[in-house]
Parts: sequence; C-alpha cells; structure tokens
Amino acid sequence: MVSEVRKNPNAVLRVEHLSMKFGGLIAINDLNFEAKRGAITALIGPNGAGKTTVFNCITGFYKPTEGMLTMTRQNGEEYLLERMADFVITKKAKVARTFQNIRLFSGLTVLENLLVAQHNPLMLSSGYTILGLLGFPTYKKAAADAIEKARFWLEKINLIDRADDPAGDLPYGAQRRLEIARAMCTDPELLCLDEPAAGLNARESAELNQLLLNIRDEIGTSILLIEHDMSVVMEISDHVVVLEYGTKISDGTPDTVKNDPKVIAAYLGVEDEEVIELIEHAAATGNDDITAAVDLLSSEAIHEIEVTHGEPPAASLVAAPVVKAKPAAAKPAAKAAPAAAPVKPAPVAKVAAPVKAPAAKTKSPAKPADPAIKAGATSNALAAPRGGKADSLIIIKGIGPVNERKLNEHGIFHFDQIAAWKKADVIAAEVYLAFDGRIAREDWIGQAKKLAKESQSKPAVKKTGGAK
Amino acid sequence: MADIQTSGPDSVYAKAFKEAIFAGVLALGLFFLIVGFRTDQNINNELVLVQRWGLLTIFVVVAALGRFIFAAFVVPSRTQVKVAKAKPSAATQADRRSFKAIVSRFGLALLFVYPFLVILILALIQYAFTGQWSFQSGVQGSLKYVDNFGIQILIYVMLAWGLNIVVGLAGLLDLGYVAFYAVGAYSYALLSTHFGLSFWLLLPMAGIFAALWGIILGFPVLRLRGDYLAIVTLAFGEIIRLVLINWTVVTKGTFGVSGIAKATLFGIPFTPGPNGFAAMFGLPNSGVYYKIFLYYLILFLALLTAWVTIRLRRMPIGRAWEALREDEIACRSLGINTTTTKLTAFATGAMFGGFAGSFFAARQGFVSPESFVFLESAIILAIVVLGGMGSLIGIAIAAAVMIGGTELLRELEFLKLVFGNDFTPELYRMLLFGLAMIVVMVWKPRGFVGNREPSAFLHERKMISSEFTKEGHG
Repeated sequence: MVSEVRKNPNAVLRVEHLSMKFGGLIAINDLNFEAKRGAITALIGPNGAGKTTVFNCITGFYKPTEGMLTMTRQNGEEYLLERMADFVITKKAKVARTFQNIRLFSGLTVLENLLVAQHNPLMLSSGYTILGLLGFPTYKKAAADAIEKARFWLEKINLIDRADDPAGDLPYGAQRRLEIARAMCTDPELLCLDEPAAGLNARESAELNQLLLNIRDEIGTSILLIEHDMSVVMEISDHVVVLEYGTKISDGTPDTVKNDPKVIAAYLGVEDEEVIELIEHAAATGNDDITAAVDLLSSEAIHEIEVTHGEPPAASLVAAPVVKAKPAAAKPAAKAAPAAAPVKPAPVAKVAAPVKAPAAKTKSPAKPADPAIKAGATSNALAAPRGGKADSLIIIKGIGPVNERKLNEHGIFHFDQIAAWKKADVIAAEVYLAFDGRIAREDWIGQAKKLAKESQSKPAVKKTGGAK
Repeated sequence: MADIQTSGPDSVYAKAFKEAIFAGVLALGLFFLIVGFRTDQNINNELVLVQRWGLLTIFVVVAALGRFIFAAFVVPSRTQVKVAKAKPSAATQADRRSFKAIVSRFGLALLFVYPFLVILILALIQYAFTGQWSFQSGVQGSLKYVDNFGIQILIYVMLAWGLNIVVGLAGLLDLGYVAFYAVGAYSYALLSTHFGLSFWLLLPMAGIFAALWGIILGFPVLRLRGDYLAIVTLAFGEIIRLVLINWTVVTKGTFGVSGIAKATLFGIPFTPGPNGFAAMFGLPNSGVYYKIFLYYLILFLALLTAWVTIRLRRMPIGRAWEALREDEIACRSLGINTTTTKLTAFATGAMFGGFAGSFFAARQGFVSPESFVFLESAIILAIVVLGGMGSLIGIAIAAAVMIGGTELLRELEFLKLVFGNDFTPELYRMLLFGLAMIVVMVWKPRGFVGNREPSAFLHERKMISSEFTKEGHG
C-alpha cells in the first residue's frame, strides 16, 4: 500500500493522471493536482465540470478509470485511495466527506448522528459488541468519551441546545453544519466538503467560513472543498483548482485564478462560433471517419493543455519529422478503445476537446498523433504496428486510453514489446508517461507477458475496453 | 372543517346520512352476489341456489350504520382532538413518558403472575358457581389459557422481536424469517431424536445454526435492496421448506419428526412417574405443570431477546443498524463496514428465530414442514409493522392483539345468535384479521408505537416522531 514515491511531503493528497469515464462520457480527463497539508484547497468549476466525480473518486464511491490518488497521513503512512473500499478510506486513510444533498440520519438525534460517526473506535472499545454487551467498563468509559467529543463539536457548531432533537427537524443551515461536525467526528486528516455553502444565507455562509478556518487552524485538518459560492472560495481557500469539462484549466492562489482569462472564459462562456469552427475543422481534415476526428480533436486538446502547462512530455514533443498521414495512425488507437470514442458527432467533440477555444485558435503548431517514433522512446519501439493492427494495451491494468495513446506515439503497440522491456526501457517509458515506479508496482511487464502469450495462442484477442 | 363550523351541526348529520346511503348502496352492490346467493346441494345431489336476503340486509345495514356513525361522530371528534393536539405541553409529554414506563412495568409484572392469576380467577368463578374452593379444577381449566394464549402469544412476541432487529432496526425487509424458525425447530428435533442431546444443550446450538443460516442468506442478498431483497428472502424461506419436505431420509418429509423429547427443569422430567416433577414436589399428577414451565421458559427467552435488543441499541452496532436504515451511503462515508453490519443484523435476528424454533419443537413434540409456511413469515412481519418498527412494547401489544385475537375468535359462540347456527367464527378469522390491520394502518400508519426512543441523550430523552424516521430501503 505504501508508495515509494515521495515528491512533496507537504501534500496531504496527490491526484495524478486521474481519469474517469462513464461509457463514452469523459467526466475527468487526466487531472493532476495536490492538496497541501493544513490548507484549504478549493475545487471550482462550472456545473458538470466533474468536481463531484473527483470527490467520489477520492472517497472511493467511484473507482477511477485511470490514475493514482495518494493520501499521506501525518504519521507518514501513504495510502493509494483508488484501491481501497469506500469505508476503508474513512477508517484507515482518514478522509471524511460530506454530500452535496445532505445525507444526515434524519430519524436519529443530533447527538446520535455524531456517535454513529465514532463507530469504529467505539466498536473496538466494546470488544466488537461482546464485551460491551456484558457490561465491561472499557466500553462505558469509551461511550462517555464519545459523548464528550460529540459535545465538543456540538458547541463548536452551536447546536448544543438541540442535541436531543431529530436531525431531520433542524433548519437547513444547521443540517449543513451538523454534517460537517459528523464528518469531523471520524477524526479525519482530510475533510472533503461538497458544496458546504449551498443554500445558506449570507450570515450562515460567514459562520461556515469561520467554522472551516477554525477546523483548519485549531484541529489542523486539511480541507478540500467544492464550492460555487465565490465569497467562500476567495475568502478562505489557500489554493484553488479550476475544472472545466473534466480538465484542469487553472491552478493557483485565489488571486491568480481570479484573473486567469481561461477561468473567466469558462465561467462567462465562449462564443458559439469558436465551437462551430472546431467542428468545421474536424470536417476539413478530409476524413469522414468521425472516430478519427474525435480522437484527433481530443489529442489536440490534451496536447494544448500540456503545452500551456509546460510539462516535461511537451518539451520533448515533435522531435521526429511530421508526417501528414495523421488519420491513418489515429485510427488503430481509436478502434482499440471503442468505448472511449463513440460515434457521436457534435456533443462528444465538445466533451473530448475540453479547451476548445485555444485549441481551435492555435491548431497549427499542435500536430500530434504522429506515426513516427518520438524522442525518448524505448529500445524496441516500432514505427508502425505489425500488420497495421495494434494490441489493445488498455487490457493491462494501469494503462488507460491516455497512456495507450502515449505509448502508441512512442512506438509501443504490442504486448510482447512491453513484455520485453528492460530496466532502462521502463525508466524511459516512465519519463514520457510521467510516472515513477508505477510500471513496476502494477507489474505491467508480467501482465504483458501473460497477454502476449494469450494473443499468440489465439491471435484475435478482442476485448472492448471501457468497463475497466 | 371550516365548512362544518359555519353551517352548524345539522349539516354534519345530513352529510353523514348521505354518506350512509351511499355506503349502503355500495355494500348492496358489493355483497349482492357474494352474500345474497349461495350455491348448495339439495337432497338429490343437485346444485341449487339458496337466497339469503336476511344476511344481505344485515351486511348492508351494518355498512350504512357504520358509515353514519363514522361520519357523524368519529370524524368531528377526531378533528377536535387534532386541534387540541396542535399545542401539546411539556407536562403532557412527561406524563406520557411516565405513563409508558408504568404500562411496561405493569405489563411485565402481569406476565410473571399470569398463570397463577388464571388459576385464581378460574377457582373464584368455580367458587361463585358451586360454592366450594377447588384449586384443582382451576389448574386444569387454566391449561387452555396458559397454552393457547400465553405460550402462543409469547412465541410470536419473541419471533417478532427477533425479526424487529432485521426489519425494524436495520431496515432490511425479510419475508423469509420463518426459515430460521424452521432451522431451530428441526435442529432440536433431529439432534434430540438421533443423538439424545438435552434441550438445554440444543437450545444455544439451534440459535447458532440459525445464525449461520442467517449469514448464509445474508451474503448473496447484501447488494439487494427493497423489493428485490424481500423477494430473495421469500425464496430462501421457501427453499428451506422444500428441502424439509423433500429430504425425506433425514427429515421424514411431510410426515414430520414426532416423539421429540420434552424439555426438563434442570434434569427433572415432567413425567407422571416417581422421578417426575409432580412426585418430587408432592403435587397431584397433572399436565399443567409442564405448560406452566414452558410458559416461564418462553417468557424468559422473549425477555432475553428484549434485553439483548435494548442493550444492542446502545452499542455502536445497534446505532450502525439504525444508521443503515436511515442512509446506507452516509454510513459508508463514516467508515462503517455495511457488509458486516448487515450480516450481524441477519445473524442476530436469525439466532432468536432459532431459539424460538427449538422451543416450538420441544413444546409441540412434533415438527413438520406445514408449520413453516409463508403465512407464518407474513404474520410475524405483520406484527412488527403493526406494532411500530423498532418498538418493543408496540410489537408485544400487536402480537397480543393479532394472535390473542385470532384465538379469541374461537370463543365467540355468541356470534351464532346473530348470524345463525351454521356460522363458524373461526372461518372468518383471516377476514377479520385483515380488516383489523387495515383499520390500524389507517388510524396509525406507523404502527401502535411509531415514535422512536433515542439510544443516547445529552439533556433529556425526547421521543422522536415517526415523521423523521425512515423505514429503510432494504
């Protein structure tokens, strides 16, 4: 469980290459960000940007299609959240969450709600119920302590007078505060709040700000929050990440984000002509195979993000001569992952091309999907797939469509190629995949060997991707 | 309501009269063919149509009169009560709570003295009629009341309290609860007839076997909710019954297992011989001692169920069950393992079903698959729902009403005076049963005791109104 990478000990949560697809819909596309310890990180973006999906991935309610979520606890233990069941994430990795639509136990009293949150320590002290049933003193003491802790939080959220009322009877703002207190009763190190200020009036919103700052400063819990209320976001957050169409478009302090033209465009919208221009461009590439066009658009968009963010793979791009026969190379990749690029013209093009405006404008320098091998490729790279048909690399656990495309760009098309990787090749591959240690950890080579053997025995190995 | 007040009481009666006529016409249409005619065989074995206009008239008049009384008196008084209820004071609430405590304490005391009370009352009646004291005849006469009413009701109380853990607390709708009852009964019946093990050893074993079956049922249905869960548990109950019918080598199929050993009082058997209970205590021979012993045994088992339920509700696991009923996703977000939580609910509920089953086998001395049909599951579930899910007192009252009521119907000979000599009240048992349920559900949709008692409190224990609690989604 413990990862060997240690980039930034300051980060309580590292999200790397997170992707989440629902059938053909790309909800999150290769998202990277960090939540710093002892800070409030806000995740903002327009409706449908995939913010709640990110939360659901972090807290284990969804299993991400691809990517790594590393939670570092104060004692140095590291947990890979994408591999843990939802309740284990709260129990072991100490990540707690609230919900966009409040999920209190409405028939239980306010106090009981807070006691349910302390289930695991109480379960332990009651000897998994048996000792508690027999009336052992350890449980009595633990139960009294639990009530004291609940009292502490009730005083903090100013609900001590209503402790014995049913939670469903509280006013909306109080329910929001109670849900936060309930999450805090699980002793989290990272608190994920899904729109905590939704439906609150200005005064309640200000109180919420105080509560969150108090949690950060006095309890020392790091907070990750989704919020639409900019007064909350700009006032209390130390760091803001902006999502649009599942892709990060900005990342920084509240002030830098506020003045980012892309964020402004995302919130205020871009003109329709630019979208139309993009679709026309797809038609103008002279290919009526729409899957290739969609693939091209998405790779352009992703490339665009890489360029704007100046990440290492972008720097080493386009070293080999550019060949004009793009669609031919894009085709096999698109076919290998049919679920990732369904045949739907306009709407999917919109989803697949997250930063449409810049991508459409600056399309001339961005000409990816290059059949020639790129720089930094591994020793056994091929110029084109053997027999014109690549293996579906996404079958290997850990490789998603994005990585598959990257591998294809670097001349890796078949399982046996990965199977034959040496140590140096792994390092080389990790450089362009921007991974460290993950290839060995997920045993790509072992998996590839097995798959290569299988594909030799029955050549037509077909597996539709998607439901990975 | 405003309409009634402005136009005076006259209009209430006029409206009630109209409604009564309408109800009468409706009843006439409904019962014309069902009650008005009856097919019968005459002396030549021919099918003849018997007309029963008198009975039909009774039905129609009862319907019309009932509607009139309801519309003219019950509805206005209920609206008044509602208006009065809108401003309840703290004092009445406190009163109600202490009243409830008194009721439960009084009920408990009554349960403990019930067999002796019956004997005393019967002896008093005997004295009033014949003028001489004779406890012996009271003892013999009490057999019916202790066995048919006391033990029968307490078995259902215990079963319903066991099912309450699964349905009332954890919110998992289980329609196959009788399967665990069967597992308990058959484990006692088979192990005692084949290996001669004693009741006191087999009682906990039956509970453990039933709990194991609870876990076995629990695993496949973990991911199911609501209707789907109910159907699978129903199927599970039927599977157990069909296995009992068809595995003839072990269970003797529909013939059942007979000659099951009776329970003993710590080794003292209830037999007429010199080593028997009666001889040892110098009492005259009678079968009633065993029944009274069984009464106290099932009372003890039922109270054990209640005690464990009350204790568990204050434990983290009990709170987790109730939280699971309220919102499963929120439970998981708080680090509660919903899988084990559901399984423990199934296992605990099943264990008490198994205890009750082994008691049932010891009491009857005979078990057959006929005792474990779906109707039994349905009755137990009906008791839980009628009593108010999660409330022990409500469930006990519901069991007394439902089971005691059906037993009481056997005694209602006077109905023959109303409906004629060939009227057998037992045949109308299920009809009245259903009617009573509908009436109770209209009057109290959340059961007799719909309020939930909190498991912990900071300032004062306030009952939680049923409008906030959820029934669970499965």
